[in-house]
Amino acid sequence: MSRTRTPVVTGWFAGEGDDFRLLGTRCSACASVFFPREDAFCRNPGCSGGELVEVPLSRRGRVWSYTDSRYRPPSPYVSDRELEWQPYALIAVELAAERLVVLGQAVPGVAVADLTVGMEVEVVPGVLNEDAETTWTTWHWRPTGVTV
Amino acid sequence: MTDEVAVLGAGMHPWGKWGRSFVEYGTVAARAALADAGIDWRRVGSIVGADTVRGGYPGYVAGATFAKALGWQGARVASVYAACASGAQAVSTARAQILSGLADVVLVVGADAAPKGFFRPAGGDRADDPDWLRFRVLGATNPTYFGLYARRRMAVHGDTPEDFAQVKVKNAAMGALNPNARYRKRVTAEEVASSAVVADPLRLLDICATSDGGAALVLSSMEFARRHGAADPVRIRAVSTVTPRYPSTVLDLPDIATDSAVSVEPADETFRASIARAAYEEAGIGPRDLSLAEVYDLSTALELQWYEDLGLCGEGGGAKLLAEGATALGGRIPVNVSGGLSSFGEAVPAQAIAQVCELTWQLRGTAGDRQVAGARVGVCANQGLFGHGSAVIAVR
Ligand SMILES: [Zn+2]
Repeated sequence: MSRTRTPVVTGWFAGEGDDFRLLGTRCSACASVFFPREDAFCRNPGCSGGELVEVPLSRRGRVWSYTDSRYRPPSPYVSDRELEWQPYALIAVELAAERLVVLGQAVPGVAVADLTVGMEVEVVPGVLNEDAETTWTTWHWRPTGVTV
Repeated sequence: MTDEVAVLGAGMHPWGKWGRSFVEYGTVAARAALADAGIDWRRVGSIVGADTVRGGYPGYVAGATFAKALGWQGARVASVYAACASGAQAVSTARAQILSGLADVVLVVGADAAPKGFFRPAGGDRADDPDWLRFRVLGATNPTYFGLYARRRMAVHGDTPEDFAQVKVKNAAMGALNPNARYRKRVTAEEVASSAVVADPLRLLDICATSDGGAALVLSSMEFARRHGAADPVRIRAVSTVTPRYPSTVLDLPDIATDSAVSVEPADETFRASIARAAYEEAGIGPRDLSLAEVYDLSTALELQWYEDLGLCGEGGGAKLLAEGATALGGRIPVNVSGGLSSFGEAVPAQAIAQVCELTWQLRGTAGDRQVAGARVGVCANQGLFGHGSAVIAVR
Protein backbone atom coordinates (compact mmCIF):
# COMPACT_ATOMS: atom_id res chain seq x y z
CA MET A 1 0.00 0.00 0.00
CA SER A 2 1.48 3.34 -0.96
CA ARG A 3 0.44 6.50 0.80
CA THR A 4 0.97 10.06 -0.32
CA ARG A 5 3.27 12.09 1.91
CA THR A 6 1.48 15.33 2.72
CA PRO A 7 2.52 18.07 5.16
CA VAL A 8 -0.05 18.41 7.97
CA VAL A 9 0.02 22.17 7.28
CA THR A 10 0.90 23.60 3.89
CA GLY A 11 3.95 25.85 3.69
CA TRP A 12 5.26 25.52 7.25
CA PHE A 13 8.24 23.30 6.39
CA ALA A 14 10.02 21.77 3.41
CA GLY A 15 13.01 19.70 2.37
CA GLU A 16 14.39 16.25 3.10
CA GLY A 17 17.14 15.04 5.42
CA ASP A 18 19.71 17.72 6.26
CA ASP A 19 17.88 20.22 4.03
CA PHE A 20 14.69 20.03 6.08
CA ARG A 21 13.73 23.45 7.46
CA LEU A 22 10.81 25.24 9.08
CA LEU A 23 9.56 28.02 6.80
CA GLY A 24 8.57 31.44 8.06
CA THR A 25 8.20 34.81 6.41
CA ARG A 26 10.26 37.98 6.79
CA CYS A 27 8.98 41.53 6.32
CA SER A 28 11.03 43.34 3.69
CA ALA A 29 10.43 46.68 5.46
CA CYS A 30 11.24 45.96 9.12
CA ALA A 31 12.91 42.50 8.96
CA SER A 32 10.47 40.97 11.48
CA VAL A 33 10.22 37.20 11.14
CA PHE A 34 6.95 35.30 11.52
CA PHE A 35 6.30 31.66 12.32
CA PRO A 36 3.67 30.43 11.70
CA ARG A 37 4.06 32.40 8.50
CA GLU A 38 2.21 35.67 7.93
CA ASP A 39 1.53 36.16 4.24
CA ALA A 40 -0.87 39.11 4.27
CA PHE A 41 0.31 41.70 6.80
CA CYS A 42 3.35 42.45 8.94
CA ARG A 43 2.28 42.40 12.62
CA ASN A 44 4.89 44.88 13.85
CA PRO A 45 2.69 47.86 14.89
CA GLY A 46 5.54 50.27 14.08
CA CYS A 47 5.94 49.02 10.52
CA SER A 48 4.20 50.64 7.59
CA GLY A 49 4.16 47.24 5.90
CA GLY A 50 6.51 45.50 3.54
CA GLU A 51 6.48 42.47 1.31
CA LEU A 52 6.45 39.19 3.25
CA VAL A 53 9.07 36.87 1.83
CA GLU A 54 9.44 33.19 2.68
CA VAL A 55 12.54 32.38 4.74
CA PRO A 56 13.85 29.12 6.15
CA LEU A 57 14.35 29.27 9.93
CA SER A 58 17.54 28.21 11.71
CA ARG A 59 17.91 24.45 11.88
CA ARG A 60 19.27 24.50 15.39
CA GLY A 61 18.15 26.10 18.62
CA ARG A 62 18.17 25.60 22.38
CA VAL A 63 15.50 24.08 24.59
CA TRP A 64 13.47 26.87 26.25
CA SER A 65 11.30 24.37 28.06
CA TYR A 66 9.72 20.93 27.61
CA THR A 67 6.89 18.75 28.84
CA ASP A 68 4.95 15.72 27.73
CA SER A 69 1.42 14.51 27.17
CA ARG A 70 0.71 11.54 29.43
CA TYR A 71 -2.90 11.32 28.34
CA ARG A 72 -4.29 10.97 24.84
CA PRO A 73 -5.05 14.47 23.49
CA PRO A 74 -8.57 14.99 22.16
CA SER A 75 -9.49 15.36 18.49
CA PRO A 76 -8.44 16.94 16.13
CA TYR A 77 -5.23 15.20 17.30
CA VAL A 78 -5.24 11.84 15.55
CA SER A 79 -4.17 8.68 17.33
CA ASP A 80 -5.02 5.00 17.06
CA ARG A 81 -7.52 4.31 19.81
CA GLU A 82 -6.90 0.57 19.44
CA LEU A 83 -3.38 1.04 20.77
CA GLU A 84 -2.31 1.95 24.29
CA TRP A 85 -1.42 5.63 24.49
CA GLN A 86 2.32 6.32 24.19
CA PRO A 87 3.29 9.69 25.70
CA TYR A 88 5.50 11.95 23.57
CA ALA A 89 7.57 14.95 24.63
CA LEU A 90 6.85 18.52 23.50
CA ILE A 91 9.80 20.89 23.25
CA ALA A 92 9.75 24.69 23.04
CA VAL A 93 12.91 25.76 21.22
CA GLU A 94 14.52 29.19 21.19
CA LEU A 95 16.04 30.12 17.82
CA ALA A 96 18.81 32.66 18.46
CA ALA A 97 18.95 34.29 15.02
CA GLU A 98 15.18 34.78 14.76
CA ARG A 99 14.75 35.52 18.50
CA LEU A 100 11.60 33.44 18.77
CA VAL A 101 10.45 30.22 20.42
CA VAL A 102 8.85 27.41 18.39
CA LEU A 103 6.99 24.47 19.89
CA GLY A 104 7.23 20.99 18.39
CA GLN A 105 7.06 17.32 19.23
CA ALA A 106 10.30 15.55 20.08
CA VAL A 107 11.43 12.74 17.79
CA PRO A 108 9.95 9.39 18.89
CA GLY A 109 12.14 7.78 21.51
CA VAL A 110 13.21 11.04 23.18
CA ALA A 111 11.45 11.45 26.53
CA VAL A 112 11.44 14.28 29.06
CA ALA A 113 14.12 12.46 31.05
CA ASP A 114 16.47 12.90 28.08
CA LEU A 115 16.01 16.68 27.96
CA THR A 116 17.33 19.73 29.80
CA VAL A 117 16.62 23.44 29.38
CA GLY A 118 19.39 24.97 27.27
CA MET A 119 20.20 21.73 25.41
CA GLU A 120 20.87 22.09 21.67
CA VAL A 121 18.28 20.53 19.36
CA GLU A 122 17.74 20.48 15.61
CA VAL A 123 14.68 20.28 13.43
CA VAL A 124 14.12 17.04 11.52
CA PRO A 125 11.31 15.70 9.32
CA GLY A 126 8.78 13.49 11.10
CA VAL A 127 5.49 11.68 10.67
CA LEU A 128 2.47 12.85 12.64
CA ASN A 129 0.06 10.07 11.67
CA GLU A 130 -0.98 7.87 8.78
CA ASP A 131 -4.37 7.00 7.40
CA ALA A 132 -5.47 4.86 4.46
CA GLU A 133 -4.21 7.19 1.74
CA THR A 134 -1.91 9.67 3.44
CA THR A 135 1.22 9.91 5.55
CA TRP A 136 0.84 13.26 7.31
CA THR A 137 4.29 14.77 7.80
CA THR A 138 5.43 17.29 10.39
CA TRP A 139 8.57 18.65 12.09
CA HIS A 140 10.25 17.12 15.11
CA TRP A 141 12.95 18.41 17.44
CA ARG A 142 15.89 16.13 18.08
CA PRO A 143 18.76 16.68 20.54
CA THR A 144 21.89 17.17 18.43
CA GLY A 145 23.74 14.58 20.47
CA VAL A 146 21.24 11.90 19.43
CA THR A 147 21.15 9.90 16.24
CA VAL A 148 17.93 8.02 15.64
CA MET B 1 -7.75 57.65 37.94
CA THR B 2 -11.21 56.68 36.73
CA ASP B 3 -14.41 57.18 38.74
CA GLU B 4 -15.58 54.27 40.81
CA VAL B 5 -18.67 52.10 40.53
CA ALA B 6 -20.39 50.40 43.48
CA VAL B 7 -20.80 46.66 43.94
CA LEU B 8 -24.32 46.45 45.35
CA GLY B 9 -24.69 42.69 45.18
CA ALA B 10 -22.75 39.48 44.58
CA GLY B 11 -24.11 36.00 44.07
CA MET B 12 -22.96 32.56 42.98
CA HIS B 13 -24.28 29.13 42.14
CA PRO B 14 -21.91 26.60 43.78
CA TRP B 15 -19.25 25.11 41.49
CA GLY B 16 -19.42 21.38 40.75
CA LYS B 17 -20.60 18.92 38.12
CA TRP B 18 -24.32 19.25 38.47
CA GLY B 19 -25.38 18.08 35.02
CA ARG B 20 -27.80 20.93 34.43
CA SER B 21 -27.91 23.89 32.02
CA PHE B 22 -25.62 26.89 32.38
CA VAL B 23 -28.77 29.02 32.14
CA GLU B 24 -29.94 27.61 35.46
CA TYR B 25 -26.59 28.29 37.18
CA GLY B 26 -26.48 31.85 35.86
CA THR B 27 -30.07 32.53 36.85
CA VAL B 28 -29.51 31.23 40.38
CA ALA B 29 -26.40 33.44 40.68
CA ALA B 30 -28.25 36.47 39.25
CA ARG B 31 -31.17 36.07 41.63
CA ALA B 32 -28.73 35.74 44.54
CA ALA B 33 -26.87 38.91 43.51
CA LEU B 34 -30.14 40.86 43.10
CA ALA B 35 -31.36 39.68 46.52
CA ASP B 36 -27.99 40.61 48.04
CA ALA B 37 -28.29 44.08 46.50
CA GLY B 38 -31.93 44.48 47.51
CA ILE B 39 -32.74 45.39 43.90
CA ASP B 40 -35.83 44.31 41.98
CA TRP B 41 -34.76 42.86 38.61
CA ARG B 42 -37.25 45.14 36.86
CA ARG B 43 -35.22 48.13 38.15
CA VAL B 44 -32.04 46.94 36.37
CA GLY B 45 -31.28 49.11 33.34
CA SER B 46 -28.77 46.87 31.62
CA ILE B 47 -27.64 43.24 31.67
CA VAL B 48 -24.23 42.05 30.48
CA GLY B 49 -23.67 38.33 29.93
CA ALA B 50 -20.32 36.57 29.66
CA ASP B 51 -20.72 33.91 26.97
CA THR B 52 -19.91 30.25 27.30
CA VAL B 53 -18.79 28.59 24.06
CA ARG B 54 -21.27 25.80 24.64
CA GLY B 55 -24.89 25.74 23.58
CA GLY B 56 -24.95 26.39 19.82
CA TYR B 57 -24.87 30.15 19.42
CA PRO B 58 -22.20 30.73 22.10
CA GLY B 59 -24.05 30.44 25.36
CA TYR B 60 -27.25 31.33 23.41
CA VAL B 61 -25.59 34.80 23.44
CA ALA B 62 -25.62 34.97 27.19
CA GLY B 63 -26.92 38.43 28.07
CA ALA B 64 -30.30 37.93 26.43
CA THR B 65 -30.54 34.30 27.56
CA PHE B 66 -30.20 35.33 31.20
CA ALA B 67 -32.57 38.31 30.67
CA LYS B 68 -35.20 35.95 29.27
CA ALA B 69 -34.72 33.48 32.13
CA LEU B 70 -35.14 36.28 34.67
CA GLY B 71 -38.18 37.56 32.76
CA TRP B 72 -38.01 40.01 29.85
CA GLN B 73 -38.21 43.54 31.23
CA GLY B 74 -36.75 45.63 28.42
CA ALA B 75 -33.23 46.18 29.81
CA ARG B 76 -30.36 47.17 27.54
CA VAL B 77 -28.38 44.00 26.73
CA ALA B 78 -24.79 43.11 25.85
CA SER B 79 -22.89 39.83 25.59
CA VAL B 80 -19.13 39.48 25.66
CA TYR B 81 -16.61 36.74 25.05
CA ALA B 82 -12.90 36.76 25.86
CA ALA B 83 -12.20 33.17 26.99
CA CYS B 84 -11.01 33.20 30.62
CA ALA B 85 -11.18 37.00 30.61
CA SER B 86 -14.88 37.09 29.64
CA GLY B 87 -15.98 37.97 33.17
CA ALA B 88 -13.65 40.95 33.38
CA GLN B 89 -14.87 42.13 29.97
CA ALA B 90 -18.44 41.91 31.27
CA VAL B 91 -17.52 43.96 34.35
CA SER B 92 -15.67 46.42 32.12
CA THR B 93 -18.69 46.81 29.82
CA ALA B 94 -21.03 47.33 32.77
CA ARG B 95 -18.69 49.89 34.31
CA ALA B 96 -18.38 51.82 31.05
CA GLN B 97 -22.17 51.99 30.76
CA ILE B 98 -22.48 53.28 34.33
CA LEU B 99 -19.67 55.82 34.06
CA SER B 100 -21.01 57.14 30.76
CA GLY B 101 -24.49 57.49 32.21
CA LEU B 102 -26.12 54.90 29.91
CA ALA B 103 -27.35 52.89 32.90
CA ASP B 104 -27.39 53.37 36.66
CA VAL B 105 -27.77 49.70 37.67
CA VAL B 106 -26.23 46.84 35.66
CA LEU B 107 -26.44 43.10 36.23
CA VAL B 108 -23.36 41.09 35.19
CA VAL B 109 -23.78 37.31 34.79
CA GLY B 110 -21.51 34.46 33.68
CA ALA B 111 -22.14 30.72 33.85
CA ASP B 112 -20.82 27.51 32.34
CA ALA B 113 -21.65 23.84 32.14
CA ALA B 114 -18.26 22.33 31.34
CA PRO B 115 -17.59 19.16 29.38
CA LYS B 116 -15.69 16.20 30.79
CA GLY B 117 -11.95 15.98 30.17
CA PHE B 118 -9.62 18.31 28.27
CA PHE B 119 -10.84 21.52 26.74
CA ARG B 120 -10.86 20.98 22.99
CA PRO B 121 -11.49 23.21 20.00
CA ALA B 122 -14.80 23.32 18.16
CA GLY B 123 -15.25 20.74 15.39
CA GLY B 124 -14.35 20.99 11.72
CA ASP B 125 -11.05 21.40 9.86
CA ARG B 126 -9.79 24.92 10.43
CA ALA B 127 -6.16 25.21 9.39
CA ASP B 128 -6.32 29.01 9.90
CA ASP B 129 -7.28 28.72 13.60
CA PRO B 130 -4.31 28.57 16.00
CA ASP B 131 -6.44 26.76 18.58
CA TRP B 132 -7.34 24.01 16.09
CA LEU B 133 -3.76 23.81 14.82
CA ARG B 134 -2.12 23.28 18.20
CA PHE B 135 -4.34 20.25 18.81
CA ARG B 136 -4.07 18.82 15.27
CA VAL B 137 -0.33 19.36 14.76
CA LEU B 138 1.04 18.98 18.29
CA GLY B 139 -1.68 17.51 20.50
CA ALA B 140 -0.83 20.45 22.77
CA THR B 141 -3.57 20.43 25.42
CA ASN B 142 -3.85 23.24 27.95
CA PRO B 143 -1.95 21.23 30.62
CA THR B 144 1.05 20.85 28.30
CA TYR B 145 1.43 24.66 28.21
CA PHE B 146 1.21 24.70 32.03
CA GLY B 147 3.89 21.97 32.06
CA LEU B 148 6.17 24.09 29.85
CA TYR B 149 5.83 27.10 32.20
CA ALA B 150 6.43 24.94 35.27
CA ARG B 151 9.56 23.33 33.82
CA ARG B 152 10.84 26.73 32.76
CA ARG B 153 10.43 28.01 36.35
CA MET B 154 12.33 24.98 37.65
CA ALA B 155 15.20 25.70 35.27
CA VAL B 156 15.31 29.48 35.71
CA HIS B 157 14.25 30.00 39.33
CA GLY B 158 15.07 26.65 40.92
CA ASP B 159 11.44 25.89 41.83
CA THR B 160 10.69 22.26 42.66
CA PRO B 161 7.60 20.05 42.28
CA GLU B 162 7.41 20.20 46.10
CA ASP B 163 7.08 24.00 45.89
CA PHE B 164 4.24 23.60 43.41
CA ALA B 165 2.51 21.05 45.64
CA GLN B 166 2.49 23.55 48.51
CA VAL B 167 0.28 25.86 46.42
CA LYS B 168 -2.28 23.07 46.24
CA VAL B 169 -1.98 22.38 49.96
CA LYS B 170 -2.61 26.06 50.75
CA ASN B 171 -5.51 26.51 48.32
CA ALA B 172 -7.22 23.25 49.28
CA ALA B 173 -7.11 24.29 52.93
CA MET B 174 -8.90 27.54 52.04
CA GLY B 175 -11.31 25.92 49.60
CA ALA B 176 -12.36 23.57 52.40
CA LEU B 177 -13.79 26.67 54.11
CA ASN B 178 -15.77 27.91 51.07
CA PRO B 179 -19.33 26.60 50.57
CA ASN B 180 -19.25 27.63 46.88
CA ALA B 181 -16.10 25.60 46.11
CA ARG B 182 -16.35 22.29 44.26
CA TYR B 183 -13.53 20.56 46.16
CA ARG B 184 -13.87 21.10 49.89
CA LYS B 185 -11.24 18.74 51.21
CA ARG B 186 -7.75 19.45 52.49
CA VAL B 187 -4.95 17.93 50.43
CA THR B 188 -1.47 16.90 51.59
CA ALA B 189 1.80 17.30 49.70
CA GLU B 190 2.02 13.50 49.63
CA GLU B 191 -1.35 13.28 47.90
CA VAL B 192 -0.18 15.74 45.23
CA ALA B 193 3.07 13.82 44.76
CA SER B 194 1.26 10.51 44.37
CA SER B 195 -1.30 11.79 41.85
CA ALA B 196 -0.70 10.88 38.20
CA VAL B 197 1.61 12.99 36.02
CA VAL B 198 -0.50 14.78 33.38
CA ALA B 199 2.10 16.99 31.70
CA ASP B 200 5.58 16.66 33.19
CA PRO B 201 6.40 18.05 35.76
CA LEU B 202 2.76 18.68 36.70
CA ARG B 203 0.45 16.14 38.26
CA LEU B 204 -3.29 15.83 38.34
CA LEU B 205 -3.54 17.76 41.63
CA ASP B 206 -1.36 20.57 40.23
CA ILE B 207 -3.87 21.30 37.47
CA CYS B 208 -7.32 22.83 37.76
CA ALA B 209 -10.35 20.90 36.59
CA THR B 210 -13.28 22.20 34.53
CA SER B 211 -16.49 22.87 36.41
CA ASP B 212 -20.06 23.98 36.23
CA GLY B 213 -20.82 27.21 38.04
CA GLY B 214 -22.37 30.65 37.84
CA ALA B 215 -21.53 34.06 39.27
CA ALA B 216 -23.22 37.45 39.14
CA LEU B 217 -22.73 41.04 40.29
CA VAL B 218 -25.06 44.01 40.61
CA LEU B 219 -23.07 47.17 39.86
CA SER B 220 -24.32 50.75 40.11
CA SER B 221 -23.23 54.35 40.01
CA MET B 222 -22.00 55.76 43.33
CA GLU B 223 -24.90 58.18 43.27
CA PHE B 224 -27.45 55.39 42.84
CA ALA B 225 -25.78 53.46 45.68
CA ARG B 226 -26.18 56.43 48.02
CA ARG B 227 -29.84 56.88 47.08
CA HIS B 228 -30.32 53.14 47.55
CA GLY B 229 -29.00 53.42 51.12
CA ALA B 230 -25.62 51.75 50.54
CA ALA B 231 -23.48 54.33 52.35
CA ASP B 232 -20.18 52.45 52.24
CA PRO B 233 -20.31 49.89 49.40
CA VAL B 234 -17.43 47.95 47.96
CA ARG B 235 -16.23 49.94 44.94
CA ILE B 236 -14.55 48.85 41.73
CA ARG B 237 -11.67 51.23 41.20
CA ALA B 238 -9.93 49.68 38.19
CA VAL B 239 -10.59 47.18 35.41
CA SER B 240 -7.64 46.20 33.23
CA THR B 241 -8.45 44.58 29.90
CA VAL B 242 -5.16 45.24 28.06
CA THR B 243 -3.68 43.29 25.16
CA PRO B 244 -0.03 42.22 24.82
CA ARG B 245 2.55 44.40 23.10
CA TYR B 246 4.55 43.29 20.06
CA PRO B 247 6.75 41.34 20.27
CA SER B 248 5.14 39.02 22.80
CA THR B 249 7.98 36.73 23.87
CA VAL B 250 6.21 34.29 26.20
CA LEU B 251 4.74 31.23 24.49
CA ASP B 252 1.06 31.70 25.30
CA LEU B 253 -1.96 29.50 24.80
CA PRO B 254 -2.88 28.63 22.06
CA ASP B 255 0.19 29.70 20.08
CA ILE B 256 2.73 27.41 18.45
CA ALA B 257 5.45 30.07 18.52
CA THR B 258 6.21 33.44 20.07
CA ASP B 259 6.65 36.67 18.17
CA SER B 260 10.16 37.32 16.91
CA ALA B 261 12.13 39.95 18.83
CA VAL B 262 14.59 40.36 15.98
CA SER B 263 13.47 43.81 14.79
CA VAL B 264 11.69 45.27 17.84
CA GLU B 265 13.09 45.06 21.37
CA PRO B 266 10.51 43.49 23.74
CA ALA B 267 9.08 45.53 26.63
CA ASP B 268 10.78 45.12 30.00
CA GLU B 269 7.68 43.52 31.52
CA THR B 270 5.76 40.45 30.41
CA PHE B 271 2.15 40.59 29.26
CA ARG B 272 0.89 39.32 32.62
CA ALA B 273 2.88 41.95 34.51
CA SER B 274 1.43 44.62 32.21
CA ILE B 275 -2.11 43.48 33.04
CA ALA B 276 -1.43 44.15 36.73
CA ARG B 277 0.42 47.41 36.12
CA ALA B 278 -2.46 48.82 34.08
CA ALA B 279 -4.84 48.03 36.95
CA TYR B 280 -2.53 49.56 39.58
CA GLU B 281 -2.09 52.71 37.52
CA GLU B 282 -5.81 53.13 37.00
CA ALA B 283 -6.51 52.58 40.71
CA GLY B 284 -3.65 54.80 41.85
CA ILE B 285 -2.32 52.09 44.16
CA GLY B 286 0.58 49.64 44.22
CA PRO B 287 1.10 46.05 45.35
CA ARG B 288 1.99 47.20 48.89
CA ASP B 289 -1.54 48.55 49.33
CA LEU B 290 -3.18 45.16 48.76
CA SER B 291 -4.99 43.23 51.48
CA LEU B 292 -5.58 40.18 49.31
CA ALA B 293 -5.36 38.83 45.75
CA GLU B 294 -7.33 36.29 43.73
CA VAL B 295 -5.28 34.91 40.84
CA TYR B 296 -5.87 32.39 38.07
CA ASP B 297 -4.15 29.26 39.36
CA LEU B 298 -4.81 27.13 36.28
CA SER B 299 -1.81 25.26 37.64
CA THR B 300 0.02 25.45 40.95
CA ALA B 301 3.16 26.77 39.24
CA LEU B 302 1.16 29.51 37.54
CA GLU B 303 0.04 30.86 40.92
CA LEU B 304 3.71 31.43 41.83
CA GLN B 305 4.15 33.25 38.51
CA TRP B 306 1.24 35.56 39.36
CA TYR B 307 2.87 36.53 42.69
CA GLU B 308 5.73 37.94 40.65
CA ASP B 309 3.56 39.46 37.92
CA LEU B 310 1.44 41.25 40.54
CA GLY B 311 4.61 42.57 42.19
CA LEU B 312 3.99 40.76 45.48
CA CYS B 313 7.66 39.72 45.29
CA GLY B 314 10.53 40.02 42.85
CA GLU B 315 11.00 37.79 39.81
CA GLY B 316 11.78 34.26 40.93
CA GLY B 317 10.66 34.97 44.51
CA GLY B 318 7.29 33.21 44.28
CA ALA B 319 8.23 29.93 45.93
CA LYS B 320 9.95 31.73 48.80
CA LEU B 321 6.95 34.00 49.37
CA LEU B 322 4.73 30.92 49.57
CA ALA B 323 7.11 29.05 51.87
CA GLU B 324 7.17 32.02 54.25
CA GLY B 325 3.39 31.75 54.57
CA ALA B 326 2.89 35.28 53.23
CA THR B 327 0.17 34.15 50.81
CA ALA B 328 -1.75 31.93 53.25
CA LEU B 329 -4.70 33.12 55.33
CA GLY B 330 -3.17 35.24 58.11
CA GLY B 331 -0.11 36.04 56.00
CA ARG B 332 1.03 39.43 54.72
CA ILE B 333 -0.81 39.14 51.41
CA PRO B 334 -3.21 36.17 51.28
CA VAL B 335 -3.72 34.83 47.75
CA ASN B 336 -6.72 32.77 46.66
CA VAL B 337 -8.45 32.67 50.04
CA SER B 338 -11.50 31.54 48.04
CA GLY B 339 -9.60 28.31 47.42
CA GLY B 340 -8.74 29.43 43.89
CA LEU B 341 -9.30 27.48 40.71
CA SER B 342 -7.59 24.65 42.53
CA SER B 343 -10.70 24.26 44.72
CA PHE B 344 -13.28 25.50 42.24
CA GLY B 345 -12.24 24.11 38.88
CA GLU B 346 -12.74 26.55 36.03
CA ALA B 347 -16.18 27.62 34.85
CA VAL B 348 -14.73 29.87 32.16
CA PRO B 349 -17.18 32.78 31.73
CA ALA B 350 -18.08 32.79 35.44
CA GLN B 351 -14.60 32.60 36.91
CA ALA B 352 -13.46 36.21 36.71
CA ILE B 353 -16.86 37.30 38.04
CA ALA B 354 -16.50 34.81 40.91
CA GLN B 355 -13.14 36.39 41.72
CA VAL B 356 -14.88 39.77 42.14
CA CYS B 357 -17.60 38.13 44.28
CA GLU B 358 -14.86 36.88 46.62
CA LEU B 359 -13.24 40.31 46.79
CA THR B 360 -16.67 41.80 47.59
CA TRP B 361 -17.33 39.44 50.49
CA GLN B 362 -13.80 39.87 51.83
CA LEU B 363 -13.98 43.68 51.66
CA ARG B 364 -17.37 43.64 53.37
CA GLY B 365 -15.90 41.44 56.12
CA THR B 366 -18.52 38.74 55.54
CA ALA B 367 -16.28 35.91 54.27
CA GLY B 368 -16.71 33.85 57.44
CA ASP B 369 -13.98 31.33 58.29
CA ARG B 370 -11.79 32.47 55.39
CA GLN B 371 -12.04 36.21 56.18
CA VAL B 372 -8.87 38.26 55.69
CA ALA B 373 -8.79 40.52 58.76
CA GLY B 374 -9.30 44.21 57.96
CA ALA B 375 -9.36 43.73 54.17
CA ARG B 376 -9.52 47.12 52.39
CA VAL B 377 -8.05 46.58 48.91
CA GLY B 378 -8.21 43.49 46.72
CA VAL B 379 -7.03 42.61 43.22
CA CYS B 380 -8.01 39.74 40.98
CA ALA B 381 -6.14 38.82 37.83
CA ASN B 382 -6.19 36.42 34.96
CA GLN B 383 -5.36 36.08 31.30
CA GLY B 384 -7.71 34.97 28.55
CA LEU B 385 -6.71 32.91 25.53
CA PHE B 386 -5.51 34.77 22.40
CA GLY B 387 -4.32 37.85 24.36
CA HIS B 388 -6.96 39.12 26.78
CA GLY B 389 -5.78 40.79 29.96
CA SER B 390 -8.09 40.75 32.94
CA ALA B 391 -7.67 42.39 36.34
CA VAL B 392 -10.06 44.14 38.71
CA ILE B 393 -9.19 46.20 41.77
CA ALA B 394 -11.88 46.63 44.42
CA VAL B 395 -11.68 48.76 47.54
CA ARG B 396 -13.74 49.70 50.56
ZN1 LIG C 1 7.28 44.92 8.94
